[in-house]
Amino acid sequence: MELNPANQSAIEFSEVAYTLPTGQPLLSGFNLQVRRGETLLLLGRSGSGKTTTLKLINRLLVPSAGDVCVNGASNANSDIIQLRRSIGYVIQDVGLFPHFTVERNIGLIPRLENWPAGRIQSRVQELLHLVGLEANLATRYPHQLSGGQRQRVGVARALAADPSILLMDEPFGALDALTRDQLQREFLSLQQRLHKTVVFVTHDLREAMRLGSRIALMDGGRLITVLTPQQFMQSTNDLAAAYVQAFADGFDFGANRGAS
Amino acid sequence: MNLFHFVAENHQQILELTLEHFWLVGISTLLAVAVGIPLGIMSARWPVWNKPVLGTANIIQTIPSLALFGFLLPVPWLGDRADRLAVLALTLYALLPIIRNTYTGIRAVDPAVLEAGRGMGLTDRQLLLQVELPLAAGVILAGVRVAVVVSVGLATIAAAIGAGGLGEFIFRGLAMVNNQLILAGAIPAALLALAADFGLGWIERRLRLQ
Repeated sequence: MELNPANQSAIEFSEVAYTLPTGQPLLSGFNLQVRRGETLLLLGRSGSGKTTTLKLINRLLVPSAGDVCVNGASNANSDIIQLRRSIGYVIQDVGLFPHFTVERNIGLIPRLENWPAGRIQSRVQELLHLVGLEANLATRYPHQLSGGQRQRVGVARALAADPSILLMDEPFGALDALTRDQLQREFLSLQQRLHKTVVFVTHDLREAMRLGSRIALMDGGRLITVLTPQQFMQSTNDLAAAYVQAFADGFDFGANRGAS
Repeated sequence: MNLFHFVAENHQQILELTLEHFWLVGISTLLAVAVGIPLGIMSARWPVWNKPVLGTANIIQTIPSLALFGFLLPVPWLGDRADRLAVLALTLYALLPIIRNTYTGIRAVDPAVLEAGRGMGLTDRQLLLQVELPLAAGVILAGVRVAVVVSVGLATIAAAIGAGGLGEFIFRGLAMVNNQLILAGAIPAALLALAADFGLGWIERRLRLQ
């Protein structure tokens, strides 16, 4: 088979299954291709297998069957540490190292990759600027930051070694509505400049519509369908329609007026 | 003769025995740290080890100290010299708090931090040395502190097998029904324990502040 790097998928799942050691299947018969440079949103309720899918990409989980390929190479044959360092990873709880300053958090992977100190420092400043943080935050500790600032540092840290792929697991889920809105907006403008391949987990249709170039709908460990946001709104699929309905119901002000 | 006279006349010996006491506790604590921290890491990393390791340390703790000194007496090489024996017994007693706190400290590291670290591509070793151990350092040191304070007290019993230390005064005082002698052993031992507690507590606070 000939591989053309230009249109080869960034990430490809073929017949992937993941079963817990207890025998409980979390993912089965999973096929998905993530295109280079797209933002693919994984949408589904909790327990639908979104996070499992994400962790199979950077091999925090190992598939029980099937194969996951990243940039054309099967994960099974890759050096796990190199694989993970080439993929940015952002999670809801951020997971900043509490004993490191912002600067050290962001510069950790470059430092482990033996970048010269000067280059790390300029990269950190560049990233702080990129995610909209003041340069003087570099010497702060994570507990001195607000939730929104912390998640910005999380994103900067994931981008530090300039990975081509970014995995984001409900990164804005724990933020208040206004901060989330702002970060979503900044994510879009960031993505317009960087063109990373992003796989983004959410349970919020609004977020999926806003950020995704395509939306992969999941339920019960299976991939239901992959649609563009426009297609999603008109989909006749039951689950997709239910999401759209629930979304519309959110604007129904009259329903809960009570007796008053 | 009151206590002050006694101290004035015997300050040389008090100093010697305090120093001896200090060495018994110091060496045994270092040994316990060298053995206990790796055992704690092991049981935190591989849960299979958790029960056997902590269980054994727990059982050792329940052996009365005089009996433990007695048990170890016939062991070759060790039994030849009382101070070796005392150091080993004190090491064994110091293990439990150090193992348990290492285990607890590592287990208490925020799972999100570990997931992020692993996901970013930190190796197991990097995760342990750069994340888990530094974050657990305060709790581990608290364990060492407990071990030291307990050891200072326990080491007085080492005099019963002739290992020296401040226990000599205490045992002599008990035999002669002489309270001044007992106090001449007990007060420096208590001061030693307080000093160790204060010093390690200070370091611990600095570590936690980081």
